[in-house]
Parts: sequence; structure tokens; C-alpha cells
Amino acid sequence: MIAELGHFAVIIAFVLAIGQSTVPLIGAQKGWIDWMRLGTPAAIAQLLALVVAFAALTYSFVISDFSVRVVAANSNSLKPMLYKVAGVWGNHEGSMLLWVLILALFGAMVAAFGGNLPPGLKARALAVQGMIGAAFLAFILWTSNPFWRLFPAPPDGNDLNPLLQDPGLAFHPPFLYLGYVGLSMSYSFAIAALIEGRVDAAWARWVRPWTLLAWINLTLGIALGSWWAYYELGWGGWWFWDPVENASFMPWLISAALLHSAIVVEKRNTLKSWTILLSIFAFSLSLIGTFIVRSGVITSVHAFASDPTRGVFILGMLVVAIGGGLALYAWRAPKMRAEGVFAPVSREGGLILNNLLLTVACAVVFLGTLAPLFREMIDGSKISVGAPFFDLSFTPFMILLAIALPFGAVMPWKRGHLGKAWRKIMIAAAIAFLVGALLWGLAEDRSPFAPIGIALAAWVVFGALADLAERSKLGRASIGETIRRLINLPRADWGKSIAHMGFGFTIFGISAVSAWETEDIRLAKVGDVIEVGGYEITFDGVRGVPGPNYNADIGRFTAMKNGKLEALLFPEKRFYQVQQMPTTEAGIHSGLTRDLYVVLGDPADGGKQWAVRSYVKPWANWIWLGALVMALGGLVSLTDRRYRVGAVAKAQKRAPATPSAAATPAE
Amino acid sequence: MRFLYIILALSFAAPVYAVEPAEILDDPALETRARQLSKELRCLVCRNESIDDSSASLAKDLRLLVRERLVAGDSDDETMAYIVDRYGEFVLLRPAMNAGNLALWLSGPILLIIGGATAFVFMRRKPSVASAHGGLSNEEAERLKELTEGK
Repeated sequence: MIAELGHFAVIIAFVLAIGQSTVPLIGAQKGWIDWMRLGTPAAIAQLLALVVAFAALTYSFVISDFSVRVVAANSNSLKPMLYKVAGVWGNHEGSMLLWVLILALFGAMVAAFGGNLPPGLKARALAVQGMIGAAFLAFILWTSNPFWRLFPAPPDGNDLNPLLQDPGLAFHPPFLYLGYVGLSMSYSFAIAALIEGRVDAAWARWVRPWTLLAWINLTLGIALGSWWAYYELGWGGWWFWDPVENASFMPWLISAALLHSAIVVEKRNTLKSWTILLSIFAFSLSLIGTFIVRSGVITSVHAFASDPTRGVFILGMLVVAIGGGLALYAWRAPKMRAEGVFAPVSREGGLILNNLLLTVACAVVFLGTLAPLFREMIDGSKISVGAPFFDLSFTPFMILLAIALPFGAVMPWKRGHLGKAWRKIMIAAAIAFLVGALLWGLAEDRSPFAPIGIALAAWVVFGALADLAERSKLGRASIGETIRRLINLPRADWGKSIAHMGFGFTIFGISAVSAWETEDIRLAKVGDVIEVGGYEITFDGVRGVPGPNYNADIGRFTAMKNGKLEALLFPEKRFYQVQQMPTTEAGIHSGLTRDLYVVLGDPADGGKQWAVRSYVKPWANWIWLGALVMALGGLVSLTDRRYRVGAVAKAQKRAPATPSAAATPAE
Repeated sequence: MRFLYIILALSFAAPVYAVEPAEILDDPALETRARQLSKELRCLVCRNESIDDSSASLAKDLRLLVRERLVAGDSDDETMAYIVDRYGEFVLLRPAMNAGNLALWLSGPILLIIGGATAFVFMRRKPSVASAHGGLSNEEAERLKELTEGK
């Protein structure tokens, strides 16, 4: 009964989405204000319908209603409640429902908070959102319906893949989807702007915070996924350049470029058609990402053949969304004129360099991810493209980005001077050089990687700090004056500095752990002492412990350093009975300066010995700390005065007096 | 084909153990080289995993083969060539730099050059477009006109 209610709500949402995608659009073209306004209630009603549908599915999971096919296939009565709920989106059908729910949420937010938007732009943007929603809802209803019943209902469910029964991964998809779907906003607004044939500062001011919000969520989602891989998948790898990871990383790179180029549109009224193009790309990559993960297209072309209806539907949606968007762009974008003038050495120039590096880096990831597919189609040969390729071909772009970043960040608009910029950040360069030289001097192996990587990280972090110091006149004015200036800095500038520091932290973490990780692999008896990376880790033994829906062997290790107790580690080997699947849970002692990481392997010699892998991973947590700080920077920037609701409205009323905020017809 | 999927599913699903203690060579220098090479070789039945990370039995066979060749005195290149001969190019996680993969390897630098050149042309072209208004945008010029001519 409840499942049917959900099913019915999805159908209602589908009908509403069709209405939302047509009526406001026709209204906007004909200038009928009543028709345009209809987008608002339609978007809000669609959200309500999908909340009902999602609640119905969640309820079916919570009460373990195994007559619903998806629940039977992905849940189990013994599973802990958290994973029953997370199981709602831990499968293809449910995750699609979450996707449209979030889409409807964003649509409703445009409807609710977009009162200050020009009615035509709002109506058209809502119509495009409606089209995306209608396409996804049709996909759900015809190929991936989560509410199909199963008869007869099985006595118990099949359980969720044990690897996914983890808090990190329970929240990974919602964040990622908030990011993916958030990019639909800039896409819808880009399409609306193309139909209208104009892009102005008001457009950018509306698009940028949504892009920022999407980017923050992508950052958090990717970081969660990476962290999960680190502690769950085995031996502490945090990035594998797997197609599925690349699928989320590409929209991240493009949205990072987009949120920088939107600043130029907003402040300088140029780079407009480029920003529109980025908006289209960002969401296109999100769509591709959603489907790569769920359909397995990239791992093998044959995934299409295994479920042709879904495959063809997906392909059709991609063609319409990407092809249609690009065709519209090719037709309308040439009419948009760049206006703001600037010299190559300027803030604008720096942001263009940022865009160039991020998009080319993204293109490399894209080509690398799809190369096996292309080669197979072209000449039938099978190749692999893995981590060694990406490490080699992607990293140089990030190095260039890190070198250029502090320069770009202190450059003034319109026309800058390299020498002046250099003087502002010389101190950061000096610190970075010292750090690098010191590390190189102290290192035993003379490997250049750690010194260069960490010097770069220092350059980025201290570059951001030097910028703040410069702007607050640190050392040139009284302390009170400096503090007053720091407090009065726009939130967007704070956000910028914080996010850039986060980028530096991540570079630091990656460089340090890649260069200095130490490892020990051995068969250990109880009482053996493993010496690794300056720690003595004693193997105390293994005992069997039953869990809620698994059985576990839990090992105990005591880590000492210089005779002092550092940590107790409890690595586990679990066996999930329903899915007949073993997993390992590493024993990790996390710290800011290092992680101790022990994995329990298989018993040997009749249980007298156990295979044990132990690692010391210096500064590993800075990888994710950096991502958190980047997201925090985005959040701070989001609270900037000019994005707050109301502030936008006021700015628009004042528009005629401030040229930069004025709407300029592009034609 | 279905069989391959089952293997794929199983091998991805079971992160039990990669390099096993028994496999490790006594000579630390050789072992380091073996680990380096292992990171470049794909576990053929896995999803995008190197044989260094994988716990599949085929990955283990390959790891042992790599060590066997190194112990026999092969250089790194000879070892890789030996394995590619037997398992095909598919085994290389870093695609070989040959004609078929040239486009892939050069895509980054070429795109950077094309993009950089485009951006440079865009930045250089602009002053001439706007110089009609002495470096002001059309909008700024209009506003200026409005102000100077007393509206």
C-alpha cells in the first residue's frame, strides 16, 4: 500500500514535470506572465510529490517490506538501522529517486527564492529544470522503478553489499548527488540565457553561488569517498583513478573552473560565452558521471547490452542534454559580446590560466578514462589506462596550477604587474624555498618528490596568508588596524584564501604520504614485534566476535614508540553470511602527523600465524583535511553579502547607478 | 562473458590480501623493483586494479612471474616485455608509447598549447575592439556619455 502510494507520487511528479517544462517556456516566449508564473507552483508541488515518494521507499526499507523488489534485493532484517536507511540509495533504482528528489529540491529553491529574478529568465530556467526532471522520472518509471513488487515475497532480503555498509559510504552518495544535481542549476540558467540571448552580471551573481554550493558538496562527497577507500578497501590507497572516481572528479574540476570564470562575468562582464560553455560541460559531465557509476558503461561496452532499455534511454538523454545544449550554444553564443577589457597580466588573465589548466586537466582525465573504449571501437585492440598514466599526465597541470595560483590571487583587475605581485608574495616563496631545501638536505634518499611537493604546498598556503597579511597591512599599520581590516575583508575574499590554503594542505598530504609511507608485510605469531617507521607494533592475538549481520576475527596490536604506548589497534576480518562475502576493516590510529594502519590477513599454519600488513602513513589526514578546508572556504564565500537573499534584490534596484551590476543586452 | 563478470564481481568484492608474505624476495633491492613493476601491471580479471593491490589468484601468479624473471637476472624492461608478450598490451596500466596511443599521450600538452594560444589571441584582440571607447566597455562608454552630457 505504502509502496503504491510512492509509485503514484512519482507518476504525479512526472506529470508536474512535463507541465513545468512546457507551460513556463511557452509563456516566456509569448510574453504571457500567467503562464510564466505557473513554473513556481509546479516546481514546489513536484518537490512535495517526490518527498512523499522518497519517504514511501524509505519506509519500505525501514520496516523491511520484502515484497518490494528493491528492498528484497538490497536489504536484510538483521541489518543495522543506519544501513537500512542508507540502503535506500545504495542501489540503482533508489539512487535515481534520490537524484530526482534533489533535482526537485533545487527547482523548488529557484521557485521559492528566485523572486528577484527577471520573470523570463526564471520561467525558462525552471522549464529546463522541469525537462531534466521529466527525463529522469520517465527513466525511473519505465526502466528503474523502485516500487515494483515481488511475488511471492521472500522471507528475508539479500542484504546490502558489505563494502557499502559503512558510515563513510552511507553519506557519500547524497553529497555527490547534491553536487551533481547542483550543477543542473548552472546548466538550466545557461540554457535559459542562451534562449534569451543575454548574459549579465545579475545572471552570474545568481549562478555563481549555486555552482559554489554544488562544488562544496562535490568536494565533500569526493573526500568522503576517498576516505572510505582509504580505510575500507585494503591498504590505505586513497585514490585509484578508477573510472567511477574519475566520473566524480571531472565535474569537480570543471565546476572549480566555472566558479572562477563566473567571477569574471560578474565583476568584469567578459568571458560570458566561455562561462556558459563551462556550465553546459559541468552538468554534462555530471550526467555522464551518474550513468557511468550506475550503468558500468565505462568498465565495458557490454554493460549496454546487458540491459538495452536502460542503455538506450541513457544514451538518448545524454545526446539530448549535451548535444542539444551544445547546438543551442553554437547557434546563440556568438551573439554574446565580451566587454570588459584587460591585459594578459591581470586578475582576469590569472583566472583564464586557472580555467585553462583545470579544463585541460579534466580533458586528460576524460580521454584517459575513455581511451580503452575508443581504442576498442577504432581498431579493436584492448588497452588499459590506470594510475601510472594519470599520475604522469595529470600531475603536471596541478603543479602549474599551484605555481601560478598565488600570483593570480594577488593580481589586480584589468592590468597587473608581475613585479608588484611578486613583492607581495616574495615571503611565501622564501618560506617555500627554505622548506624544500631543508627537506632535500635532510632526506636520506635524495628523492626530489617530497621536497618539491611540500615546497609547492608551502608556496600555496603561505601565498594565501601573505595575501591576507598584505591586505590587512600587517606590520605596516597598528595591530588594531590590521585586525579591523581583517574583519572587514569581504567574506568572499576570506573564502578564497581559506579554499586556496585547503588546496595547499591537500598537496602537502599527498606529497608527504606518497614519499614517506613505510610498509611491513609478514607472517606474525602472537607476541611478535613489528618494527616499522620508528614504531614497534606488538601482535597480541586474535579473537572471534559475532556482529549484527556478520562474524568477525578481531586482532589486537599494541603500538609503542620509544618505549611509550602510542595506540591499541584492532583490525578486523569480517564475514557477511547473507552475501557470503569477506571484508577487512583496517585498524587505524589517526593523528594529524601520522596514521598507524594495520591490516589483518589470512591465518596460516593452522591459525598459529597471521599475515599482517602494517603501515605508517605520515600526514595522510591532511589530504582530507585540505578538502574540508576547501569546502569551508566555499561555505564562507557563500555567506558573502552580495549573495544573500535580499542583497541581490537591492543590487538590482540600484542597477542603473552601478554599471557593473547593470543588465546589458548582448545583442 | 558472464563467467568473466562473476570473476570481476568476486575479485572486486574480496579485498583480502595482495602481496603475501611468502612471495617476498629475500633481496630487498629486487623486491623493491618487483613492487615497482607490480604497480604498473594490471590484474587481468580485476576492475582497474594493479597486481600489487589485487588479491585475485591470477594477480598472484603474475607477481610470482615478475619475481621469477627478476631473480633470473632480467632487467625491468625485459621483464615487462616478457609479460606483455604473453598477456598483451592490456596488461599495461600505463599504455605503451606507440602509434595507437600517441593521441592519448600527447592530448594534454597539445590541448594546453591550443587552449593557451586561443586565450592569448582572445586577450590580445580585445584592446582593438574596445579602443573605440578608449579602453572602456560599451556600457561604461554609454554611462560616461550620459554623465558628461548631463543626461
